[in-house]
Amino acid sequence: MPGKPSLGLRLAFYLGMLFLHFPIVIIVLYALTTEDRTYQFPPPGLTLRWFGEAFQRQDMWAALWLSLQVAAMATGIALVLGTMVAAAMYRFQFLGKDFITVLLILPIALPGILTGIALLTTFKRLALEPSFWTIVIGHATFCIVTVYNNVVARFRRTGFSQIEASMDLGADWWTTWRMVVLPSIATALLAGGMLSFALSFDEVIVTTFTAADQKTLPIWFLNELFRPRERPITNVVAVFVMLITFLPIVLAQWLTRDTDDLHGGGKTG
Amino acid sequence: MTLRRRLSDALYLRPWLLLSLLLIPPLLWLGIIYLGSLFNLMLYSFYSLNDFTGQVEYRFSLSAFRQLFSSPANVDIVVRTTLMALVVTLACIGIGFPIAYYIAFYTKGNARTFWYLMVLLPLWSSYLIKVYAWRLILAGEGVVSWFFNALGLGWLLQGILSVPVIGGPSLSNSYLGMFLVFTYVWLPYMILPIIAALERVPRSLIQASSDLGARPGQTFRKIIWPLVIPGVAAGSIFTFSLTLGDYIIPQVVGQPGFFIGQMVYVQQGTAGNLPLAAAFSVVPVVIIAVYLLIMRRLGAFNAL
Repeated sequence: MPGKPSLGLRLAFYLGMLFLHFPIVIIVLYALTTEDRTYQFPPPGLTLRWFGEAFQRQDMWAALWLSLQVAAMATGIALVLGTMVAAAMYRFQFLGKDFITVLLILPIALPGILTGIALLTTFKRLALEPSFWTIVIGHATFCIVTVYNNVVARFRRTGFSQIEASMDLGADWWTTWRMVVLPSIATALLAGGMLSFALSFDEVIVTTFTAADQKTLPIWFLNELFRPRERPITNVVAVFVMLITFLPIVLAQWLTRDTDDLHGGGKTG
Repeated sequence: MTLRRRLSDALYLRPWLLLSLLLIPPLLWLGIIYLGSLFNLMLYSFYSLNDFTGQVEYRFSLSAFRQLFSSPANVDIVVRTTLMALVVTLACIGIGFPIAYYIAFYTKGNARTFWYLMVLLPLWSSYLIKVYAWRLILAGEGVVSWFFNALGLGWLLQGILSVPVIGGPSLSNSYLGMFLVFTYVWLPYMILPIIAALERVPRSLIQASSDLGARPGQTFRKIIWPLVIPGVAAGSIFTFSLTLGDYIIPQVVGQPGFFIGQMVYVQQGTAGNLPLAAAFSVVPVVIIAVYLLIMRRLGAFNAL
């Protein structure tokens, strides 16, 4: 750790940061352009009319509503299953523990297209029609690990002695869970839950394989990309989606600020 | 004793009971739904398509793999995708390393939290929106062309685009553009593990190295870099594997030449050939496995 960053390093850092954030600025700028067919830069004029038009699109609202339902359901399942497996992995030593670690990481380590096509072949074989539930099954599978990472990190920090003390003082499992365990992992649950909500809300690759004609917001968005007109509407929705996903991320970061690093690095596309 | 109390005691006295209660539901989900599906996918790659009815024949056959490897076009797809994944990974290391290095060594306190969040936010902003933004930026009438023209360098951009292989009619229709988008989208996956690895480098080692007379460059090569390789390896696994499986970026930005992910998507969809799609999806798994083996040979995992 030499004293001061060299000019070259500073330049590489700030240029890299510019590279990371420039496209986001562009999205906002193009939401305000008066030109709706080409990608002309600089925009010939600025207007707010696309915000009004986007909010009148019924198909957009339907897609948003479906996405929120899917994300809520998938997150709910992931919270229950992720916490259970985190508790088991933290509390017990048993045969096959490494196998479970691999099993948890696999859905995010392998490309999403593999999860998608694997689920699709299975639904085909079982003659299951793609539906709301098949989308939820796909999403919950890769959300479990996000919850697991956050909760198991918290368990490791708090230790088991409080639970034993609670039992020694006469509380049963249910009371101990409610009065001791839950309060100590609450913020980790919230952080993991919000991350997996954002993960599901944004997912498109697995969803294209597990949905039939249901349009989640990302799928609606994908279709919009190939529409020749009214492009700025796509940008307005993009800005809107960014706000919806940014809030949980910043909040999750804030919730875990004094404790452990946020375990959000495991997101995959 | 109440029933609740008795249940509670039973769980406390028999840990294996608690363990199975906790473990069975998540194991059923991941083991049956997820692993089962992967296994089923492998089975599908050994089925065939009946030429007359267009239905899947549930009998062992190597025809999907034969189809996959007998066509030079398919082999091209595999080579093209693998090369792109490698180049993108190298670019992510090149751009990501200085960013991670600066954040890990030259920021602290609130500034560090701020810059960390500035890496996290692009990671978590919608994948599709990022890809779409690049379509706007790279378009013929978009920002990049405007920028080159404003500087009077339009001829330079045209020159780059006329280079065979990487060029094309516009940046949004070229492998160069696709490479930029891939690099952008996966860059945070490289930065985060490198930051984590750099943070674990003991500061005393760096101090000792310079006390013993090493120049900063020597300290970097002999102390910091060897300790950070596992982080770079972890990041490269992400960038490599994500590029291998992606099918949306080549579809939105790029040349007509297909990528592995697109083949999987098209074969299961419009072509309706699920066995061939399954066979194609086995390819990235094999390539990733080979990649991991090479990384281990290079000693990337020794320090993990």
